[in-house]
Amino acid sequence: MDLLNALVAFLNYVFVPGVAYGSQLALGALGVTLVYGILRFSNFAHGDTMAMGAMATVLMTWLFQSWGLTLGPLPTALLALPFGIAFAIGLLLFTDRAVYKFYRVKKAKPVILVIVSLGVTFIYNGVTRFIIGADDQSFFDGQRFIISARDFKAMTGLDEGLSFKTTQAITIVTAIIVVIALFWFLNKTRAGKSMRAYSDNEDLALLSGINPERVVMITWMIVATLATIAGVLYGLDKSFKPFTYFQLLLPIFASAIVGGLGNPIGAIAGGFVIAFSEVTITYAWKKILVYLMPENLEPSGLVQLLSTDYKFAVSFVILLIVLLFKPTGLFKGQSV
Amino acid sequence: MSDPYGDRGNKDVSIGNPKGMGSEIPQRKGKSHPAPGGPFLIGDGMTAGYGNGPDILHDCTIAVDRGEIAVIVGPNGAGKSTGMKAVFGMLDMRKGHVRLDGEDITDLSPQDRVAKGMGFVPQTSNIFTSMTVEENLEMGAFIRTDDFSDTMAQVYDLFPILKDKRNQAAGELSGGQRQQVAVGRALMTQPKVLMLDEPTAGVSPIVMDELFDRIIEVARTGIPILMVEQNARQALEIADKGYVLVQGANAYTGTGKELLADPEVRKSFLGG
Repeated sequence: MDLLNALVAFLNYVFVPGVAYGSQLALGALGVTLVYGILRFSNFAHGDTMAMGAMATVLMTWLFQSWGLTLGPLPTALLALPFGIAFAIGLLLFTDRAVYKFYRVKKAKPVILVIVSLGVTFIYNGVTRFIIGADDQSFFDGQRFIISARDFKAMTGLDEGLSFKTTQAITIVTAIIVVIALFWFLNKTRAGKSMRAYSDNEDLALLSGINPERVVMITWMIVATLATIAGVLYGLDKSFKPFTYFQLLLPIFASAIVGGLGNPIGAIAGGFVIAFSEVTITYAWKKILVYLMPENLEPSGLVQLLSTDYKFAVSFVILLIVLLFKPTGLFKGQSV
Repeated sequence: MSDPYGDRGNKDVSIGNPKGMGSEIPQRKGKSHPAPGGPFLIGDGMTAGYGNGPDILHDCTIAVDRGEIAVIVGPNGAGKSTGMKAVFGMLDMRKGHVRLDGEDITDLSPQDRVAKGMGFVPQTSNIFTSMTVEENLEMGAFIRTDDFSDTMAQVYDLFPILKDKRNQAAGELSGGQRQQVAVGRALMTQPKVLMLDEPTAGVSPIVMDELFDRIIEVARTGIPILMVEQNARQALEIADKGYVLVQGANAYTGTGKELLADPEVRKSFLGG
């Protein structure tokens, strides 16, 4: 019984949140890795692209809610998501035309584009706050739990409850669908293959008659879609606050680099590595250890390695370790 | 001269991905217009250079006619590859014209030239290393909307080894096999003219002979071939027309046999 309780507590506090957070990071890291692979720079504006896409979705959700339009048990945000994606696509294509294209035509070196993207970050950041404000915004509605802790306890008779939030289920399901669709697109379709060809060798892609501007356009559209989905899922699961997206940039880049920048499979694996490291290191293990250890060996402290306030330190340390010892990442990426 | 968009002094490759990055190609949005007469493909009186840099080609002319193999030879730095790139529109043309099949294509972008029927195999980075052999060929046929499976079968007939390796990443192949992939990729568009920049660079003599045989085979199907070659003697032997370039200008022009017999050419470029 103690073992079961320990297992349920582990699932409830570590595994399920870890998988949900990992899916969000993976979606974010996929966007970063695509820009790195195809447009050849680290896009620091990715976090704020997520914020912008999520903001548009939040505004549309509020509009639908004011009309009384809902999806029943599912959050209305899912209905607003396509509009958010459309907005993000428009925004990124406009930014590309207005900013990045200038440097691309001149074949500016990647480091220049990295700094350019930092400038774009600040503008997005300001615009988001200007429109929706810097505070927390709530836009979740519908049914909160698929299984609540209380129901689970009543069902199983265990002391520990396992709660499974609707948002966690949506996050995981959406992430799986998006990842499958993306891989199918990159490996099976003509447009996807042309993106890989362009990533591999720009000049030869040109000699094969692949239109570089079209590849860039498709890339930005996919990146906008991924960023908005990741941003909305994170916002639904936690809460929408513009600044958190800027902070998310660190774990997202850590995920992409751990997996190997430019490698989509690596981005997904990296997302889960970072998410689980963060959750396991900042979780107070006392609850689980109490079930597992003999009474006289029970820990007196919380057995929490690091306070949750320092969760970003985890990504940062992992990032440093990877860059020092295995700069190409777990899967063979293109960096270094 | 400082380059405001370069990365002088930057040694950090963890935030950027310069691998596979393209070169600066002049933006062209022009159209072709008829210019009848002359050889099938000709770069006529080309004066050209990279970006804002100095002229590399000086009034240089290279041409190839139907059913011919034309070979460009010359010492290192003579502008052989540059001449090919200029014909393909990857350089800033300051003077001169490029004509293909009775049309002036000087103002066309490289993509539009591919659509007009030009196939180009560059000297280096001429395959997609991370993609399979078959995907490389598919990318070659990118501009084709019709069924290209019979063209692919023809390429596999020409280079049987590629058929065995079709699901292998092209970057894992040997030098000779890579060159076959590169030529195969260019053939996938069913080009009206094929331009090869040192197709035998870095391969062993045996493989070189085989590649030459294949190139002659392609030429026999009626595709004119314009080729840059380091192995001047061997290349001139199979050439209908030869160009010797020195410092970006035409030094000697003639049939392959004439050039091989010319004592000046022999002394300067063929080692006596």
